[in-house]
Amino acid sequence: MTGSTVTGLSWNVVADLRQLMQFPFMVNALRAGTIVAVAAGALGWFMVLRRQSFAGHTLAIVSFPGAAGAILAGLSAITGYFAASVGAGLVIAAVPRSIGGRARSSESAIIGTVQAFALACGALFVSLYGGFLNGLTGLLFGSFLGISASQVLALLIVAAAALAVLALIARPLFFATVDPDVAAARGVPVRLLGAVFLVLLGCAAAEVSQITGALLVFALLVMPAATAQQITARPVVSFALTIGLGLVTVWLGLTAAYFSVYPVGFFITTFGFAGYVLAGAWRAFLWTRRRPAAAAPA
Amino acid sequence: MSSLAGLLGQPFLRYAFIAGAVIAAASGLTGYFVVLRSQVFTGDALSHVAFTGALAALAAGANLLIGLYGACIVVALAMAALGYRGQADDTVIGSVFAWILGLGALFLSIYTTSTSNGTSGVNVLFGTIFGLSATQAVTDSVVAACVCAALILIARPLLFATIDESVASARRVPVRAIGTVFLGLVGVTAAAATQAVGALLLLGLLAAPAGAAQRLTARPFRGLWLSAAIAIFSVWTGLVISYAAPKIPPSFGILAVATGVYLIAIAFTANTNGRRA
Repeated sequence: MTGSTVTGLSWNVVADLRQLMQFPFMVNALRAGTIVAVAAGALGWFMVLRRQSFAGHTLAIVSFPGAAGAILAGLSAITGYFAASVGAGLVIAAVPRSIGGRARSSESAIIGTVQAFALACGALFVSLYGGFLNGLTGLLFGSFLGISASQVLALLIVAAAALAVLALIARPLFFATVDPDVAAARGVPVRLLGAVFLVLLGCAAAEVSQITGALLVFALLVMPAATAQQITARPVVSFALTIGLGLVTVWLGLTAAYFSVYPVGFFITTFGFAGYVLAGAWRAFLWTRRRPAAAAPA
Repeated sequence: MSSLAGLLGQPFLRYAFIAGAVIAAASGLTGYFVVLRSQVFTGDALSHVAFTGALAALAAGANLLIGLYGACIVVALAMAALGYRGQADDTVIGSVFAWILGLGALFLSIYTTSTSNGTSGVNVLFGTIFGLSATQAVTDSVVAACVCAALILIARPLLFATIDESVASARRVPVRAIGTVFLGLVGVTAAAATQAVGALLLLGLLAAPAGAAQRLTARPFRGLWLSAAIAIFSVWTGLVISYAAPKIPPSFGILAVATGVYLIAIAFTANTNGRRA
């Protein structure tokens, strides 16, 4: 009973961990999850700050027809994920302002239509490919089985490249996010930064899609960042906290999925959301305690 | 002509055409206001809820329709109650609906492992308009027709409340109650449309015809009717395409036509704007 067989969850944490690590697929899943959590946390933090979660959602959804189309065309799903999400990032960066000048409502109608159409294309590709229903739920709701070592390597290379570019543009991007007008007046190329950021976000969304599925990307892209920004307003602290929360969410989610029959997407979203709700409750608690003190001097 | 007769000779196609038209009309009408009120994100959230509600009912062994309508209406009303002070933060909505969808994945897994219903999740996600039974078609048509009627009844005050909320409330228009009723109607529409095009694609049926109509005309009531007409046109054309080419799922046909109309509308108006400038 020392971890050499599958024994299920016990109170012996060391034995549990050893059991978790004994299968190569699980090790690969944990590696991939770690890479994805770091990349998603870093880009998600900026995304929440820039209030572009709707765009991030679209980029993630587009990865579904990308992957399904790539499989249909005989390519690897990973090519499809990245090609579709990065391409969509470029399109979103190019489109809104050139159509722009109209009210925001029209823009959100466009995004909604694009999302639905992308999903419809995914459904078409799956239908044309025929009989791969299990693959379909995997694409939509995530699967941690069958991640190969070469896929982990691809995830690592893309994540490292995206994070390197993000590190280069982090300061001006932060400036452009917090105060776009002043940044533009100071000669910061706000528009270009926004476009580069959307491409990076596309990379992150494609990476997350491969773990949580195209529909549950928010769990790693938005929830850790939103949780961290509720806990602290200091940029550096909340940035580090975001990545930490993302890692904990992924590790817990993968572990829970390993020890149960339910899909990994459910656990990752649930842990992420639980963190978010707890952070919100904590902040509300602090606020109610501080209010009498703040009211006293007045 | 004989092929058209053959098309309508099949009962399942008749149901699809009739129910599809009424659902499309309801989606077009509510969608117009959804877009006008910038509540597309709400429609998106409802589509996720529709999926989870339907699968929760299936996993619990209940009728799919109960879960579908129940979940959509309850959540729409809850959003109306919570999100009134300003637009709800999109991070909050996004986090909530990602979690709801995660729950849906859980119910899907419970349902498909407890029984051998491998395709039910796909049906809820991407629609089964050709699989509607007679009773389902009648239920959906009646519900969608009621939505249309209710929306036309409140259209004028709703429009007033949408365009200038403060003036409308000063004029004693019950802005808040109308907003709540409207979101309830959106919930019902979402549930009905889930049957036709599926939970994931109903956003397109809400947003695309309305977006196209708003580009083509600035006059609100003309836009409202145009939006409904475009939606019905999309559904019918999509159904014919899918009937002619059985490999193409009907939901894709419907969405492709709706998106195409929207693109044409954008191209058309961009052209006229350019000439005017």
